[in-house]
Amino acid sequence: MASITFREVEGSSPKYWMLFGFLGLFVLFGALAWNYMHHHGHVVTGMDNQIVWGLPHVFAVFLIVAASGALNVASIASVFNKPMYKPLAPLSAVLSLALLLGGLLVLVLDLGRSDRLIVAMTNFNFKSMFTWNVFLYSGFFVLVGIYLWTMLDRSVKSYSKAAGTAAFIWRLTLTTGTGSLFGFLVARELYGTAMLAPMFIIMSFAYGLAIYLMVLAAAYAWTGRALGDAVMMRLKTLLVVFVAAVLYFVVVQHMTSLYFTKFHAVEAFILRDGGGLTTLFWVGQIVIGCVVPLVILLSSLGRQRTWIMIACALVILGGVAQMYVTIIGAQAYPLDMFPGLTEKSSFFDGEIHAYAPSMPELFLGLGGVAVALLATTFAVKVLRLLPASLDDATVAKLEH
Amino acid sequence: MSDMKPRSDSTPASPERRRFVGAATATAAGLAIAPGVMLYEVAHGRAEDQAASSAVRWGMLVDATKCATGCNDCVSACSTENGWTPVAESKHPKQAPQWIRKLELQDPLTQMETNLPMMCQHCAEPPCVDVCPTGASFKRADGIVLVNRHTCIGCRYCMMACPYKARSLVHEPLNDTQKPDVPRGIGCVEACTFCVQKVDRGDGNTACAEACTAAGHNALVFGDMNDPESEISKRLRELPTKQVRADLNLNLGVRYHGI
Repeated sequence: MASITFREVEGSSPKYWMLFGFLGLFVLFGALAWNYMHHHGHVVTGMDNQIVWGLPHVFAVFLIVAASGALNVASIASVFNKPMYKPLAPLSAVLSLALLLGGLLVLVLDLGRSDRLIVAMTNFNFKSMFTWNVFLYSGFFVLVGIYLWTMLDRSVKSYSKAAGTAAFIWRLTLTTGTGSLFGFLVARELYGTAMLAPMFIIMSFAYGLAIYLMVLAAAYAWTGRALGDAVMMRLKTLLVVFVAAVLYFVVVQHMTSLYFTKFHAVEAFILRDGGGLTTLFWVGQIVIGCVVPLVILLSSLGRQRTWIMIACALVILGGVAQMYVTIIGAQAYPLDMFPGLTEKSSFFDGEIHAYAPSMPELFLGLGGVAVALLATTFAVKVLRLLPASLDDATVAKLEH
Repeated sequence: MSDMKPRSDSTPASPERRRFVGAATATAAGLAIAPGVMLYEVAHGRAEDQAASSAVRWGMLVDATKCATGCNDCVSACSTENGWTPVAESKHPKQAPQWIRKLELQDPLTQMETNLPMMCQHCAEPPCVDVCPTGASFKRADGIVLVNRHTCIGCRYCMMACPYKARSLVHEPLNDTQKPDVPRGIGCVEACTFCVQKVDRGDGNTACAEACTAAGHNALVFGDMNDPESEISKRLRELPTKQVRADLNLNLGVRYHGI
């Protein structure tokens, strides 16, 4: 097998520092947004006692789900022994760590008492899925960190497969945990199903890979390194499978709910009567997130780099829309405490709850995205993560 | 505390002394005439150093057939007792905490209307306690579900989990209406406590139930569901009652008649 030369990105060009500064600006905006929310309380957000998890959770859960998915490329290399993916693995591991970091930051900075983070780290209730997730996230950092070490340090290279396998199993558990945050809720009609765990796993495959592809293509284009079609086409095909699987899960979930009379009202709300949420579901999640990318990637357009990038961007946008519908939609629909009766109260019982995200929420969420991208931008400068060339000839040698 | 004692001792009309004299008289009278009443008091009052006991299960009966349309006395009493701003006075009604609210139900087919107060149902198997990452949501041995103000991190997972929408997040800095025995705080989640401060004082009743009785409706009965002789137990034996979302099998501390 041919060897691959990994090299740091030089990172001294004005373009690099402009990217760095641009992302840094959004990190700063995120920090200011947090400071504003923390100082005044959640009263300055669009959240209330009806919509208790808002836009920050949409960003946080999306980033956390995408984080485990971004590790996929590395897993294919080590766990499933595909040599072509080996040179792609270090970036995959770093990106997954960076995305998790960004997502977790948004999650903890949106707490009502984010100053009490230490309490969450020292007081545990092991029946809570949140507590489990605290350990799953910490374990992910450790395992992927070790895995990355085995890839970058020749002296421990022999442990790479073991570390990669452990990280792979862990990432499946982690996304199961993230899906179960919602799956383990008895109160809401749209949650409370084991389906959410596998569905979140398949979504993580799609979102993580879409982000990975965009970061990879950007890194190679901006550093002037060669990225051959062999790599892009292989990853593109993988993305098609994942996006199709996401669509399959979404269809099965809604078909199942539609069969149960007790879910008819909530399904009608999401699929037909929900106004903005319904639009977000059909246009955002289904058309932009699944159908259009599939059409692009499966048609002749999918052979062009630009169109692959557009498809990836659409998958990411669709993913954010999906998280919005999943998280906000389930809360917007009122709790049905007295089935068959109409409810009215000063606490907005029986009403569809409106939600308009505020600017601080948006910037807190974007801050998390910026942290993830900034960490990746920094990592490719200081670590040898990217092969000097991924042209078709180099890649072809790997397979033989 | 120790430096307060001499002062109270030196003042003949001090509250301590008055309370002592009162208690002594009550004890003497109680011992002389009604030992049964004394036993009742021992079971329901609780010294500060004494843990809550699972021998007691605090609960409430809501008789929806007696709950008056338009009457909001239970809600006002709760707000006054526990120091939360009534929603009508709040600048941010959607974000204002509401520990108890009046629900108006209507059957769309028959037009039958029902009124009832809705609050924390003090489940024996509370979903909020299950999901709380830090253990801040907890259930006392006597069945009262509470939030520990010091370990709540404001994650709102309990609000997602509660089937009764019983909990509120304090969205903004609190004004000075806070009561010394009802600690609250910005960024923390809160809900009905069954007036735990009153229960622990030995009042044996909640502010809402007292207000309902005072208004002459008698729709709320609070008491120990484990004591077969308590009024609530007697009434629960006679009246057919239901638990809201009984399908979840959470074994609620609040039982409704007439729904």
